[in-house]
Amino acid sequence: MSAILPPSQRLWWKEPVERIEIVWIAIAFVWCLILTFMMPYWHVFGKQNLSNEAYRTTPQAFAAKAQAVVDKWKVREVNGVPVVKPPAGADIYLVGRLWQWWPAYELKKGESYRLHLSSMDWQHGFSLQPVNINTQVLPGYEMVITVTPNKAGEYTIVCNEYCGIGHHSMLGKIYVVD
Amino acid sequence: MAVDRTFRICPQTGLAYHRPAEQLMKAHAVAGVVALLVGGVLALFVALTRWPAVHMLPADKFYQALTAHGIDMLIFWIIFFEMAVLYFTSSTLLRARLATPRIAWAGFALMVIGALLTNWAILRGNSSVMMTSYVPMPAEPNFYLGLILFAVGALIGCFIFLATLVIARYERTYEGSVPLVTFGALTACIIAILTIVNGAIILIPTWLWSLGYIGNIDALLYRVIWWGLGHPSQQINVSAHVAVWYAIAAIVFGAKPMSEKVSRMAFLLYILFLQLASAHHLLVDPGVSAEWKMFNTSYAMYLAVLASLIHGLTVPGSIEVAQRRKGYTKGLFEWLRKAPWGNPVFSGMFLSLVVFGFLGGISGVVMGTEQINIIIHNTIYVPGHFHATVATGTTLAFMALTYFLIPTLFRRELVMKGLAKWQPYIFGISMAVLSLFMMGAGTLGVARRHWDMAFAGNPMGFEYPTTAYLMMGLVGISAVGAVIGGAAYILITVGSILFGRKLPAGETTTQPEPVRAPVAEALEGHGGGVGVLEARGTFVLAMLLLVSFVVYYFINWKYLASVWGLS
Ligand code: HEM
Ligand SMILES: [Cu+2]
Ligand SMILES: [Cu+2]
Repeated sequence: MSAILPPSQRLWWKEPVERIEIVWIAIAFVWCLILTFMMPYWHVFGKQNLSNEAYRTTPQAFAAKAQAVVDKWKVREVNGVPVVKPPAGADIYLVGRLWQWWPAYELKKGESYRLHLSSMDWQHGFSLQPVNINTQVLPGYEMVITVTPNKAGEYTIVCNEYCGIGHHSMLGKIYVVD
Repeated sequence: MAVDRTFRICPQTGLAYHRPAEQLMKAHAVAGVVALLVGGVLALFVALTRWPAVHMLPADKFYQALTAHGIDMLIFWIIFFEMAVLYFTSSTLLRARLATPRIAWAGFALMVIGALLTNWAILRGNSSVMMTSYVPMPAEPNFYLGLILFAVGALIGCFIFLATLVIARYERTYEGSVPLVTFGALTACIIAILTIVNGAIILIPTWLWSLGYIGNIDALLYRVIWWGLGHPSQQINVSAHVAVWYAIAAIVFGAKPMSEKVSRMAFLLYILFLQLASAHHLLVDPGVSAEWKMFNTSYAMYLAVLASLIHGLTVPGSIEVAQRRKGYTKGLFEWLRKAPWGNPVFSGMFLSLVVFGFLGGISGVVMGTEQINIIIHNTIYVPGHFHATVATGTTLAFMALTYFLIPTLFRRELVMKGLAKWQPYIFGISMAVLSLFMMGAGTLGVARRHWDMAFAGNPMGFEYPTTAYLMMGLVGISAVGAVIGGAAYILITVGSILFGRKLPAGETTTQPEPVRAPVAEALEGHGGGVGVLEARGTFVLAMLLLVSFVVYYFINWKYLASVWGLS
């Protein structure tokens, strides 16, 4: 019994270390360096990175910008939610609120859009299915992500931050066309 | 009042229990088991609701039960038990009297009151905010107050632990340095104090906000500080259960650490670097820069990962060395095959180690990678990960320790020994499967904290692939197994404490012999078995872990590379 007793060598810090431990520490340390390296590497060479661009905002200001986009480029409705078809490169605004993502968008495959996200009330989770892209959406903060859809189809935005009793029915749509 | 200096010497183990400390340990352990019982019943309801074919609870009850499950398990069960571990590793292992038992009882009372208050607030129905209680979603004031009282109680326990170490040193109850296990507990204690400070900084204002004294709490600020509590506090659990692993290796095998220096350095790395990992939970938050995320989640964090990788080698390695010295030297793995697999103290500890390392550790690093988090954040992968780490790793280590404590601390013989033999396997394997399928479903996009993956038939909804439904069904089935395993543990412990055959208490003394280093071993002098590759088998297992780690890590990068471009 000795991990529960004082070390048998009084000067335990002078004991030599087992070779197997040294080898393992060296291997593990190299792996840790690789882990550390991968993230900056991906920032330079990878295509999936969140930007640092974010602003403070208010629900009123953000809702007004979303409304302006809807007024300009609305093409149709789905279940009472406006579907907006912005030109490539446009700034588009997605409102998270109890319990809906608003409005819906129709985007072109291969084009980029500056997607702004914010919440009107509590915290929400932007979860785009079936690609499984997830970010946190906070009230008072406006996050900007440049998105480039790479596949046509109908995408659903699920809310995956618990936001009260309607959380599981908080949904939105993004349509991607060729 | 005179200081109570009576110690009871356990006739089987020779451990010296300071009377007041003994009572306190029992009280904390029992309170923990009660929390586990409540959390376990709720676990069943929660999991049966997430099993799509059963879908047991209505939405409001589901969110309420989930809030209580998270808090009763992660906070109350784990921390009550940890307090018992702190008292055991200080007072008992060092044969020292516990500092100020009366204040320790006050701390315990605060913890009990806090736990009851928070549960009461949740039960009333207006505090289904999940354990994270993200603002601005409000809970009743008592929800926060209960957590604050509980934390104050735990903080008192931490200081009692430190004071006991000081007493032990002054009264010379041990020679040389404190045992490795106590050192590990000290690590846990220091991290606990730091995290409770974070907790106070955020929960006290939030409580005042819920009472209307503060107008607004910034959502991001809340998350940054709350996770300064929430993430490092998981390292309390890691340090505590690693200490328990070392203790059990010592108790069951007489194993000694391969080298004290390496193991202690690894604990030190936890203190130095785990503090910084709160970024883990903010990797896809707005208003936090990529540089900060990378620094916090990586540089610092990977040195803590390094520490865990080290313990992952040295704990089984010390067992291997001990077993080989007993003559189990054939091939790579005779030492492991001939281990006492029927002894729940050992099997629980070993399963805890394996599940924690292979499932919990690997998944944690993968999802803690800044960009990979994009495809994992807030999916049910996340609870999958921590059901492998804390819900299996820590919980099972504590369960294993209980089987040791019942005879020596409670002086009762175990009842239902046959069941006890199987209990770690039933619980550990079901939980591992549960975690695995939660992670699988999360990879397919299933959300955490979500009542209905079919979106209550909402026309805007979408069909998850059938594989996702299948996996959530398997989550439900394995949950039933896990709850049976948990129930078996409660049945055995409560049964033993109430009805187990009484064992002789042993002699009492007011002057226990000081703890000494094992002399024979010191003379033999094999601590640094320089150049002896005695732990070959463990090294092979460790390499297996590393290879799985590398493969799985790059699979995730590959998957990430296939999604939409984001910048
Ligand atoms: C008895 C076996 C257990 C089962 C079957 C079980 C099952 C579950 C399930 C299905 C969820 C819900 C996932 C979701 O919808 O987001 C969950 C959440 C959770 N569980 Fe467990 N669990 C068990 C034991 C434990 C233990 C022992 C702990 C901690 C030590 C624990 C801690 C948690 C926490 C912290 C959450 C998250 C709550 C939240 O999202 O706020 N569980 N569990
Ligand atoms: Cu929401
Ligand atoms: Cu939600």
